Amino acid sequence: MIELGPGPSFFEHLTRDRPDLLPATSTVPLGEATIKAPHGTTIVALSYADGIVMAGDRRATMGNVIASRRIEKVFETDHYSVLGIAGTAGIAIDIAKLFRVELEHYEKIEGTRLSLDGKANRLASMIRSNLQMAMQGMSVVPLFAGFDTFAGSGRIFSFDITGGLYEEVEHHCIGSGSPYARGALKKLWEPGLGATAAVKIAVEALYDAADDDSATGGPDPVRGLWPVVYTVDATGAHRVEEPILSDMAREIIAERTASGKEA
Amino acid sequence: MSAQYYVSPEQLMKDRADFARKGIARGRAVIVASCADGIALIAENPSGSLHKIGEIYDRIAFAAVGKYNEFESLRQAGVRYADTRGYSYSRFDVTGRGLASVYAQSLGAVFTAEAKPFEVELAVLEIGESPEDDTLFSLNFDGSIAEQPGHIIMGGDTPALRESWNGYWSGKDLNAAGIDEVIRAAAHVLPGVGESPEDARLLEVAMLERVTSTGSHRHFRRLDTPTIARILGSRK
Repeated sequence: MIELGPGPSFFEHLTRDRPDLLPATSTVPLGEATIKAPHGTTIVALSYADGIVMAGDRRATMGNVIASRRIEKVFETDHYSVLGIAGTAGIAIDIAKLFRVELEHYEKIEGTRLSLDGKANRLASMIRSNLQMAMQGMSVVPLFAGFDTFAGSGRIFSFDITGGLYEEVEHHCIGSGSPYARGALKKLWEPGLGATAAVKIAVEALYDAADDDSATGGPDPVRGLWPVVYTVDATGAHRVEEPILSDMAREIIAERTASGKEA
Repeated sequence: MSAQYYVSPEQLMKDRADFARKGIARGRAVIVASCADGIALIAENPSGSLHKIGEIYDRIAFAAVGKYNEFESLRQAGVRYADTRGYSYSRFDVTGRGLASVYAQSLGAVFTAEAKPFEVELAVLEIGESPEDDTLFSLNFDGSIAEQPGHIIMGGDTPALRESWNGYWSGKDLNAAGIDEVIRAAAHVLPGVGESPEDARLLEVAMLERVTSTGSHRHFRRLDTPTIARILGSRK
């Protein structure tokens, strides 16, 4: 049979020719308990009238220690999609970086963009390849969202460590603070939100997560650290600027202070 | 055992070079020129999907003439080389010079060792901060490489095209020209293309923008047919 040349996947190219460059997917010795490595935490995504919003807090933890206060866990992966990651930070950041190159590589080789479903499927198979590490406690769980240019709407996808791919509606959160963020989103989200309202809801949901989960960082007015927030609509992915987030976070803090609730 | 006829190395190389040159001259031409807005890549190419011009990396583009299957495999190998390098080192470490020298080596190896040389001519282009900082490499079927400041013309009846191009720009400054002016110049020079908006579908045009409109790290942008038609139509 005629062998067709290498395909448009950068991940397959590395697996075949440069496995040394792949994220740490090899196994660690059995018998070791979990390896102590920084973990990233809460990511929220929600849909609004024109697309989707994704936001992540800025904290990474290692056991009870704060490993980083300024880590960024939400990435623009191409013009129409964003990726948020929770789990072992080192592997997660490598997978996000590889996924970004994967999408760009496909686009250059084929001369056209992957469909949003195609992108989600590629990501699922990359997560599946990390299963062995996940069994050792080094799991990576992403949240992927983007604007589907065929359907003309924003869509959100969640994954499990086995590479399972699930499409979510309205909103979704991952990471240790997700139960609290989910509660907030359930009360605050409504159909047909505007972009600004949706960004504020995302910041507020992260605030609630940070309030009850020690591994999630809240807004930090002392250091001037705010969540990383992206919006994706028909015009592409845009990072929400720091001054806007700073005002929003301060507003939320002021509202909560004024309401005088303690619990 | 059959007797091997002696062929002198000079004759062998000359035959191979003649063979490759003939193949390349049969094809339609590509013009690459660096101007104030960036580097313009313009090909006479009636096909909307079989490209002669492609994106390699953030600031690097590729143009080719000759046999499609041969330069397409070289383009894909170039994208793999650049992405692997950028992924394992950093985006900053991918350079046009590095890519051009890898291409030169593989073209040279094929020219001497394989049954048939590649019938292609390539250009590897890297955009800089100003037209003086742009680097334009042209590569030949035998692996010879040259850095050409300003512009590269490949394929077709190259000497005639070069004369016509130089005539167009005599008394005008290419470095100060905008992309529209360069596209109109190319339409004027390329033999199979007229200068009316209807000829836009015969052209494949892309550019490496000096400043990207979206602030993206990728400077390569393809111009669609309506845009090219509008540019050709706005001739003064």
